[in-house]
Amino acid sequence: MNPFSSGTRLRDMIRAIRACKTAAEERGVVRKECAAIRAAVSENDQEYRHRNLAKLMFIHMLGYPTHFGQMECLKLIASAGFPEKRIGYLGLMLLLDERQEVLMLVTNSLKQDLNHTNQYIVGLALCALGNICSAEMARDLAPEVERLLQFRDPNIRKKAALCSIRIIKKVPDLAENFTNPAASLLKEKHHGVLITGLQLCTDLCKASEEALEYFRKKCTEGVVKVLKDIANSPYAPEYDISGITDPFLHIRLLRFLRILGQGDADASDCMNDILAQVATKTESNKNAGNAILYECVETIMSIEDNSGLRVLAINILGRFLSNRDNNIRYVALNMLMKAITVDTQAVQRHRATILECVKDSDASIRKRALELVFLLVNDSNVKPLTKELIEYLEVSDQEFKGDLTAKICSIVEKFSTDKIWYIDQMLKVLSEAGNFVKDEVWHALIVVISNASNLHGYTVRSLCKAVQTSGEQESLVRVAVWCIGEYGEMLVNSTGMLDIEEPITVTESDAVDVIEIAIKRHTSDLTTRAMCLSALLKLSSRFPACSQRIKDIIIQYKGSLVLELQQRSIEFNSIIEKHHNIRSLLVERMPVLDEATYNGRRAGSLPGTASASNGAALNLPNGVAKPPAAPLVDLLDLSSDDVPTPSPSGGDFLQDLLGVDLSPASSQSGTIQAQKSGTDVLLDLLSIGTPPARSSSSTSDILSSIQDNKTSSGTLERLSSPSALSAQSSSPAGGSPIMDLLDGFAPNLATQENNGPSYPSIVAFESSSLKLMFNFSKSPGNPQATTIQATFTNKSTNIFTDFIFQAAVPKFLQLHLDPASSNTLPASGNESITQDLRVTNSQHGKKSLVMRIRIAYKANSKDVLEEGQINNFPRGL
Amino acid sequence: IHFVLLISRQGKVRLTKWYSPYTQKERTKIMVMNAQLAQVIRELSGLILARGPKLCNFVEWRDLKVVYRRYASLYFCMCISQDDNELEILEVIHYYVEILDRYFGSVCELDLIFNFHKAYYILDELLIAGELQESSKKTVARLIAAQDSLIETAKEQSGSISNMIVQATK
Repeated sequence: MNPFSSGTRLRDMIRAIRACKTAAEERGVVRKECAAIRAAVSENDQEYRHRNLAKLMFIHMLGYPTHFGQMECLKLIASAGFPEKRIGYLGLMLLLDERQEVLMLVTNSLKQDLNHTNQYIVGLALCALGNICSAEMARDLAPEVERLLQFRDPNIRKKAALCSIRIIKKVPDLAENFTNPAASLLKEKHHGVLITGLQLCTDLCKASEEALEYFRKKCTEGVVKVLKDIANSPYAPEYDISGITDPFLHIRLLRFLRILGQGDADASDCMNDILAQVATKTESNKNAGNAILYECVETIMSIEDNSGLRVLAINILGRFLSNRDNNIRYVALNMLMKAITVDTQAVQRHRATILECVKDSDASIRKRALELVFLLVNDSNVKPLTKELIEYLEVSDQEFKGDLTAKICSIVEKFSTDKIWYIDQMLKVLSEAGNFVKDEVWHALIVVISNASNLHGYTVRSLCKAVQTSGEQESLVRVAVWCIGEYGEMLVNSTGMLDIEEPITVTESDAVDVIEIAIKRHTSDLTTRAMCLSALLKLSSRFPACSQRIKDIIIQYKGSLVLELQQRSIEFNSIIEKHHNIRSLLVERMPVLDEATYNGRRAGSLPGTASASNGAALNLPNGVAKPPAAPLVDLLDLSSDDVPTPSPSGGDFLQDLLGVDLSPASSQSGTIQAQKSGTDVLLDLLSIGTPPARSSSSTSDILSSIQDNKTSSGTLERLSSPSALSAQSSSPAGGSPIMDLLDGFAPNLATQENNGPSYPSIVAFESSSLKLMFNFSKSPGNPQATTIQATFTNKSTNIFTDFIFQAAVPKFLQLHLDPASSNTLPASGNESITQDLRVTNSQHGKKSLVMRIRIAYKANSKDVLEEGQINNFPRGL
Repeated sequence: IHFVLLISRQGKVRLTKWYSPYTQKERTKIMVMNAQLAQVIRELSGLILARGPKLCNFVEWRDLKVVYRRYASLYFCMCISQDDNELEILEVIHYYVEILDRYFGSVCELDLIFNFHKAYYILDELLIAGELQESSKKTVARLIAAQDSLIETAKEQSGSISNMIVQATK
């Protein structure tokens, strides 16, 4: 009856599948087999059940769906014979995972089998339970497993021990039940039981502080003795691996001692001798021995201080590091990373060797070594290390350059003592691997350059030289283009020469050449080209002699298919042609970029993304998907929200300043663009001047930025003239000369003004199946009261019935809910439910609205409960 | 150990065992990833074996590590946490291979294809919940043999029963 030894059909199927020449052919065979098995399943065929399951497992391994076989596993497990159970359990472990509800059905069979008289059946059940048990099963079956820890046959005891590990991982509360029986396993002689018992104790210590204390008191000496015995034991063929008796047991003993010794001086003392013995006596010419040494070093590093042992351990790592075997070197690097927190000096001694490992041909070793080098850098060695790394950058593999540049950049940023060194190193990196550099890096570089007023001339000249040889490195080109645009005349006049510099002669037309080459290079992307256009505009005023040539270049983009370029080309051309009187003012040098603001932004962007991912389940978008009703007010809110500015933060700030997103004039896309990026232009410009004042003066903010937008050309102006910040309040007049550049701007302006006093709708809550929008209105007389109209839309394909919306607010708010328009929500957003909420804010003007919501409904006759918190309310409600 | 995979040189999966919960989708992704890995390793080792020392057997993946070892046409991969002992896992892999070898009598890929279930049974005697349960090859062999003989007995019995039925119906 056994399908495997007698039945040829499993074999036949495997043969047939292996004979297939194409994937389509294989699918055909599998489909036929699956159809036959399905038929057998529905006929409840018993005779071939295990053979069918075996086939299904094979099919499963090939990656085909086999869920229809899950119930067959359960039936086989429930049958009486060992062969059926054996294959049934195998199928259970293979075809199911712990999340499937079917699994619950097997609990009963497992319970019976754990009490079976045949020990092999008990073993099967333990094995299955250990591999796939869920938290519920763990609770139900823990007593059985606990009892089996004392079973007469050691092979069952060891299985029960491992099964217990799974149980306490699933339900840590059960740890205390297992502590005593686990401790008694440590007294056994059987290696399997010892190994699993140690493992169980280790996991118990992780799960419960009490267990750790208990084992520390009762078992430390015993474990040390076991390790002593095993380390000194004569040759034992049964457990021998390359001359060492049971390295697996060694390793587990050391690991358990590590946990016992950590943070406890007495326990650490107790194991010193044996650790020293293992560290000195273990053979290190085979992998097994090295595995033990590796574990031993880790234990020495983790237990309470003993300098003698630590020297020993670091020496072992030093030996590892010079080993020819890459595996050994890899683990050495790995361990040195941990050791660095314990003893930096000792690790520094191996710096040269580690640096060599950065250049290894093996990717894993390189990566480890690079991380280690990164940790080793300090003020005293940063210069030689950076030099080494940058030199290596020239010859390193393409795929490694990304990692390497990122690390070099952060080292340079972190440890730069003087700006000239920073700029030099960054230029080197950009010239070597500019294409691998992240945007933040070159943005930061520009901020630094902008702040180093005595180095402007030097930088722009170095960049000009660098770009001649490394013109294919996009981010280098961008920085160069920006600097030439800003400091072009210094390039030509050689102002601010430093002693170390070699003089170069660059003519005005050479400088324009550089930009022309950059803009025409076919690999240049939109950002680079847009920056080139801005730089050209600036140069047109700086180099009057080249003005006509620059105009010709700019005009070429009049017909560009890329809107951004076309628009710039037309606008800039018009500035050059018609507005001589204001041009020089317009293209004045950028004000010095504020480093503090930029760094703050950059730091802020990190928690920003983190909170975005945390909130992903609730998916409360923060201005990202807001409707275009009144974006302006909205946008300003972003700055005052508790949540940091959403995704396009740090980087955009600078991009905007660079004029990359400088597209306020297009009235058609104005609203949408304003949301995406234009927003930040406004915000960021505002924040440069007055970052701290933002939250306190929200109304004036709104006012002034409406004005801003009115003179949206004002952004242009402000970018170039430092005086514009103070001119902001008087902007309607100040901006007017440029207004005529921007035809069709007026309608946009009008709508925005109209929308001024109202509030934007928000997406208050969104899940995979449901979307909730809030519309706000206020009665003129009462600023504290807000009426919110909630609109629920069903995104799924199921009808929602018994729909109930509940909301809760903090004490300073009062909430009144009107009845909803319906309690049934049709599928696929066909209709929606609306419900009015009236909120009174007693702290109006001081605190914003917040709300916690809960939505309950029945979908597919299943109860669904969704909850969330809304804190993206517009300010001022 | 989070999972064990056996992958052939051609990138075909020969055995999968999951000790941490992964959805089917993740499983497929991991398998594909590992299959590609096997390809890359093959290409690289072909290139590099000729000169210099060989590559190390650890590949970092997400926040875990895959330890692999090649035996003839098969890659044995085990995935472990960052702070597990990589060298030990190499020993575990070798230990598993030795037991397979002893059981099948110089094991080859075909043995593992046609008797994949036996490879699983042996693995189950070695690892539970991703932890090692036995360090003696002899014990594992004995346990497997005992269970195989249980199957044989069951087969004989049912064989004799069906024989009796056949004879009775004659």
